Amino acid sequence: MITSRSTYRQGFDPVSIKADFPILNREINGRRLVYLDNAATTQKPITVIEATRRFYTRYNANVHRGLHTLAEEATAALEAARREVAAFIGGVKTEEVIFTRGATESINLVAYAWGQHNVKAGDRIVLTQMEHHANLVPWIALAKRTGAELAYIPIDDNGYLVLDRLSEIISSKTKIVAVTHMSNVLGTINPIETIIEAAHARRALALIDAAQSMPHMPVDVRSLGADFVAFSAHKMLGPTGIGVLYGKESILADMEPFNYGGEMIGEVTYDHADWASLPWKFEAGTPNIAGAAAFTPALDYLEKLGMDNVRRHEHELTEYAIERLSLLDSIRILGPLNADHRGGAISFVDKDVHPHDLSQILDQHGVAIRAGHHCAQPLHRRLGLVSSARASFYVYNTRGDVDQLVYALKEARGYFGHE
Amino acid sequence: MSDAIDSLYRDVVLDHYRHPRGKKKLDKVDFRNSGKNPPCGDEIEVELQLDHDTVKDLSVSCSGCAISVASGSMLYEVIKGKSIEEVRKIARVVKAMLKGEPYITDGIDFGDLDVLEGVKKFPVRIKCALLSWTTLVDAIDRAQSGNNSGMSTTE
Repeated sequence: MITSRSTYRQGFDPVSIKADFPILNREINGRRLVYLDNAATTQKPITVIEATRRFYTRYNANVHRGLHTLAEEATAALEAARREVAAFIGGVKTEEVIFTRGATESINLVAYAWGQHNVKAGDRIVLTQMEHHANLVPWIALAKRTGAELAYIPIDDNGYLVLDRLSEIISSKTKIVAVTHMSNVLGTINPIETIIEAAHARRALALIDAAQSMPHMPVDVRSLGADFVAFSAHKMLGPTGIGVLYGKESILADMEPFNYGGEMIGEVTYDHADWASLPWKFEAGTPNIAGAAAFTPALDYLEKLGMDNVRRHEHELTEYAIERLSLLDSIRILGPLNADHRGGAISFVDKDVHPHDLSQILDQHGVAIRAGHHCAQPLHRRLGLVSSARASFYVYNTRGDVDQLVYALKEARGYFGHE
Repeated sequence: MSDAIDSLYRDVVLDHYRHPRGKKKLDKVDFRNSGKNPPCGDEIEVELQLDHDTVKDLSVSCSGCAISVASGSMLYEVIKGKSIEEVRKIARVVKAMLKGEPYITDGIDFGDLDVLEGVKKFPVRIKCALLSWTTLVDAIDRAQSGNNSGMSTTE
């Protein structure tokens, strides 16, 4: 349900939000920066930048072992971030929140630490045709190592998953179903509840790649019932190099570690080691403590805005952008045209101008978009394309940003001699 | 628009992009090679018709961004009728020019190629301009080693 603009605008003003992001004051080629590459990474509010600085100027130390003040403060910051994440994703246990380098590592962790011991020759791994390479290549590699087979839930030409044959594709041989919640190319929000249910009906596990959904809409991991959920901090106002794997405690408890070393052990002798309890069993080595310390204010910022409001704002912006882009005859938008069914990552192609050339000219107008295959080569091939341009929104984007995008697209066509 | 962008997309470059030369069918093909830059989707196919050590004719079919298409089109114009030794020399010069390294033209006719110099200010676009040249040189290498198939890339 989308309520009227005025109700949420009271507490949600992208113009004042913009003021919290120092980088958005930059000029690019003499124009105001219009940052529309948020599906790749988002900009950081001043509180996140300050938290990083505060960590290194006030309490930089290693975690868990030190018995001095700095070590205690650093450990407290890491574990506070974990509690914050656990609450943000729907009130899960802190034992179920594992810090990784990002969504990619989270998925690799599952593919190795769970996959290696639970998937064997003849088993099936189910993915969709719209997966990012991060939720594709680890499974291709696992299938190769184990002799398991891969099966794909197809998409239709409008960028929706085709679920007609779901119970056939998720066969009784299926061990895991790994699906993106929101496509980074098509923007499609997938009916993951249905897919998780279908996976569980076959006693298969369900992994949700929430890299694009967690930053942009309320995601309640507990009520979804997913077994694993992966996402990255840097796509949700936080720093790079830290992300999360949520896993159900009962499953994580039975898993072997992913990395071995310090911080993840119980007792070690020269020929034996046992593992620390959850979640530390999966966090070998010194974690990204500064990253965790700065992730907390990022989550605070989103909490304060309210994820419902974030979704509403982006819904409105997406609707407006699709409306404006649809007026350009040369532009073809990929994915659903109904903003109810999609997020604010809008990929498109111009029939005459290559995405790289578009992006180059847009940059001249201060507009930062992405051009390429967005780490989804098979999807682009499925769509009959090799690459596309993508504009993606976040909390600080405005209708004015969309207007600048459309203006720059027209300019780019003119530059290359197309009307 | 900044001067830099206009030096990337020079009028000559845009003209080659809009009207690529060399997109044709040869009656006889001695050597063929295709090249691809997967991340950007630039694709090129080069066909060569040789007369002893001379490129008697060639065809260049490029799909991709303005820079890669224009570079392939210019390649066609410059290379046609040149000896293999000259082709290698020109390719070396183009590579050096794109990478901002010193080069000498040695009295060879380089046609419009000097306009590609503007690309060097845009590091991510260098591979677009290089693709046709890498694909051509690989084709010649293969021709000379008797291996007539393969795939080239500048990634």
